[in-house]
Amino acid sequence: MASSSGLTAAERSEETVGDITYVRTDPDLPPVAIIDRSPITTKHKIVFGVIALLGAIAWAMIAFFRGETVNAVWFVIAAVCTYLIGYRFYARLIEMKIVKPRDDVAAPAEVFENGTDYMPTDRRVLFGHHFAAIAGAGPLVGPVLAMQMGYLPGTIWIIVGAVFAGCVQDYLVLSISVRRRGRSLGQMAKDELGVVGGTAAIIGVLVIMVILLAVLALVVVNALAESPWGVFSISMTIPIALFMGLYLRFLRPGRVSEVSLIGVVLLLLAVVSGGWVAGTDWGADWFTLSKVALSWCIIIYGLAASVLPVWLLLAPRDYLSTFMKVGTIILLAIGILVARPIMEAPAVSSFASSGTGPVFAGSLFPFLFITIACGALSGFHSLISSGTTPKLLEKESQMRLIGYGGMLTESFVAIMALITAAILNQHLYFAMNAPVASTGTTGQSAADYVNGLGLSGPPITGAELDAAAEGVGEESIVSRTGGAPTLAFGMSEVLHQVFGGSGLKAFWYHFAIMFEALFILTTVDAGTRVARFMLSDALGNLGGPLKKLQNPSWRVGAWTCSLIVVAAWGSFLLMGVNAPQGGINTLFPLFGIANQLLAAIALTVATVVVIKRGLLKWAWIPGVPLLWDLTVTMTASWQKIFSADPKVGYWTQHFQYVDAKAAGKTSFLTAKNPAQLDAVISNTFIQGTLSILFAVLVCIVVAAGVVMALKAIRGGGRPLSEDDPTPSRIFAPSGLIPTAAEKEVTKQWEALPASHARSVGTGAH
Amino acid sequence: MGSVTSVARKISWYWGTLMGDNHYRRYVDLRNRTHPGEAVMSERDYWRMRHAATEENPQSRCC
Repeated sequence: MASSSGLTAAERSEETVGDITYVRTDPDLPPVAIIDRSPITTKHKIVFGVIALLGAIAWAMIAFFRGETVNAVWFVIAAVCTYLIGYRFYARLIEMKIVKPRDDVAAPAEVFENGTDYMPTDRRVLFGHHFAAIAGAGPLVGPVLAMQMGYLPGTIWIIVGAVFAGCVQDYLVLSISVRRRGRSLGQMAKDELGVVGGTAAIIGVLVIMVILLAVLALVVVNALAESPWGVFSISMTIPIALFMGLYLRFLRPGRVSEVSLIGVVLLLLAVVSGGWVAGTDWGADWFTLSKVALSWCIIIYGLAASVLPVWLLLAPRDYLSTFMKVGTIILLAIGILVARPIMEAPAVSSFASSGTGPVFAGSLFPFLFITIACGALSGFHSLISSGTTPKLLEKESQMRLIGYGGMLTESFVAIMALITAAILNQHLYFAMNAPVASTGTTGQSAADYVNGLGLSGPPITGAELDAAAEGVGEESIVSRTGGAPTLAFGMSEVLHQVFGGSGLKAFWYHFAIMFEALFILTTVDAGTRVARFMLSDALGNLGGPLKKLQNPSWRVGAWTCSLIVVAAWGSFLLMGVNAPQGGINTLFPLFGIANQLLAAIALTVATVVVIKRGLLKWAWIPGVPLLWDLTVTMTASWQKIFSADPKVGYWTQHFQYVDAKAAGKTSFLTAKNPAQLDAVISNTFIQGTLSILFAVLVCIVVAAGVVMALKAIRGGGRPLSEDDPTPSRIFAPSGLIPTAAEKEVTKQWEALPASHARSVGTGAH
Repeated sequence: MGSVTSVARKISWYWGTLMGDNHYRRYVDLRNRTHPGEAVMSERDYWRMRHAATEENPQSRCC
C-alpha cells in the first residue's frame, strides 16, 4: 500500500496480546489503534445464522406470498436483516481488501483541527450529521413514484442496490477523500482523471445540480399549489427561521438545541393554525396560490435566501430541518411497526412491462432504477462524502459506520416511503399521481379515469375521492403529482392510527407536507449557494477579468452568479409547471438520470483509485455497480433521445409537435392551445439537448477513467494524490458499540491529564 | 435512578453535540491546548466566525 511508507517508524511500536495488536505512535501515550484479529465466535455465528434465516423468511413472504395481504412488517424485517448481513460481511470485505483503514495515521480532522470545519467528531454524532446531510426528499419521493410498477421491484432494488452500489459508492468516496484532506469530488476527478475528465466532471456536477434544484422545487410547488393550509404553514417557517437566527446571533449565541426546540414548537403551532387560517375567507383568499404564482415565490425566495447572511436564514433553517428529519423518520418507523399496515399495491403491476404507466413513461428497465435513484444509489451523496464529512472524521476505521452505515439508513428511509405508498388504495394512488391531462380536475373525472386503468381491487367513486381529500383538509387530491402529497397521505394513514386517531389525520398530512417542503427548501438555498460557488470558480478559471469572481467577498460577482444559478433552475421550474403533460412526468426522469450519472462519475473515480493502488483484483467491487449504473443510465438516455415512442423519447415528441404546428393545428394531444403547443416544442428541445449533454459528459469522464486505469495497469501513469501520513495522537472506537479492548484503551486515555491532546468530543463529560 | 439520569445525560450530550451546543466549549479547549495562555474569543464572536466560514465555503445538502 502506498501510504505505509511515509510514517516514520522511529516512534511507532506494536504490542500483541493474543489476537489483538495495540499500536502506539508515542511511547508516553496509550495506544492509538487496535488491530483485532480475533476469530469469529460460535455465538456470533449463531446470531448471524438466525438473522440470515429471518431475512430469508421475510424475503420469501414479500416475493412469493400472493393475495394482497402482505404485512408491511415483513418489509422492515427483510430490509434490516439484509442490511446487517451486508454491513457485517460485504462492508467488512471492502474494508479489508480495499479501504485498509489505518488508525495509527491521523485523519484530516486531527491534522488540521481548527474548531471550525476541521473538527474530530464522535462517530455517533458524525453518523447523525452525515445522515442529516445525505437524507432529503429524494429517497422519500422516488420510491413513491416507482410504486406504479408494484412493490416488489422497488423493494429489491432499494435494498440490494444500497448494499452493492449505493453504500459502496459512499464508503469508497469517503475513504478516498479522507486521504486527500477532504477534497471535493470535482477536485479529486481532476487529480485522478486528468484535466479533460476533471473538467467534464465539474461541468457535469454543475448542470446536474441545476436540474436537481429545479425538480425539488417542482415537487414543493406541486404539493402546495391550491393548498392554503400548506402554503400558510410553509410561509411561517420563514419568520420562525429569522427569529431563530436573530436569537442565536444577539440573544443567546450557541444555544442551538434550545432555539431549535422553540422553533419546532412554533412550527407545530404553524401547522395547527394553518387549518384554522385556511378555514377563514381571508386565509383561503391570501394563501391559495396557483402553480405559476407559487413558482415565482420560490424563485424569489431562493434568490433572497442565497444572498442573505448565512446566520439569518440558512443556518437556523438547517437546524429546524435536522430536528424534523430525525424526529419524523423515527416517528414513521414507530408508526409502521405499531400500525403494521397491509399492502394494497400488487407485487408487480402491469405497467412494469407495458411501460405505459401514467406516473412516468417507460418500462421497468431502465426507468424503475432511474426513478428510485436516491434510496438505492445516489450520486449526490458523493458530494457530501467528499468535502464535509471527511473533515470531521476521527479515525479511518469509522468510515465503514459513517459511509456504508449512513447509506443503509437512507435506504431504510426509502423502504418506509415505499411502504407508505404501497398501503394506499391503488385507485387513490393513481388518481393522485396521474397528470391532470388524464384525470381532469374533479373527483368524478379522476375516478372514471382510474377505474378504466384495469387496477386490482374494487373501483372507486368520485365521492370517495372527494371524501379522502376532505379527510386530510384539502379541496382536492386529484393529480397532486410529485410524490410528496402521496407520501403525506400515506404517512397520515399510518400515523393517525398510532397517534391521535382520525381527528388528527389532516394535521399529520400537513405535518408531513411541511416536513418535506422544509428540507426541500433547505436544499434549494444551500444548493443555490454551492452551485453559485462552483459557477464562480469555474468562470474564474477562464482567467482575465473573470478571475475576480473567485474572490467570495466581491458581492457584485456573488450576486450575479446567484442570479444566473437561480435563473437556470427557475426557468426549468417554470417549464415544468407550464408543461401540459405535467412537469413531474417529463422532468423527473431527467433528474433521475442526472443523479445516476453523477454516481457514474463518482464510481469511475473510485474504480480508478482502486486500480491505481494496485488492487486490480478487487476493482470489481466499485466496477460492477459502475457497469450496472452505466448500462441503466445509458439505456435510459438512449431511449430519452432516440425512442420512437413519443411518451418516452423527447425528440420524437418534439418533432411530433413541430409537425402538428407546421400542419396549422392549434391543439394537439395534451396541448390544448397554441401557447401549450409552443411550450411542448421548446420544453422537449431543452430536455432532449440536456439528455445528450449529460450522456456526453459522463462518457468523457468514463473514457478518461478507462485511459487512466489502463495506464496504471501497464505501469506508470499519473501517481496517486494521497497525502503523506501523519501519526495520530488520539484514540476512538471504530464501530457503533465499542469492543472490550476498545473500552479498555478508552479508559487509559480518559485517565490522562485533561490538558493532553485528545479528541474532546469523544465522551459525555 | 442513577441509570435514568445517566441515560438522560448521554442523550442530551448527543443531541447537544449533533446540533452544536458544545462546539464553542470544544473550541476553547482546543485553543487552551494549542495556544495556552492566549486570549480566547467570546462565544458570540466564535459563532460569527463559524457563520462567516460557512458563507465562504457553503455545504451542500442532499436531495
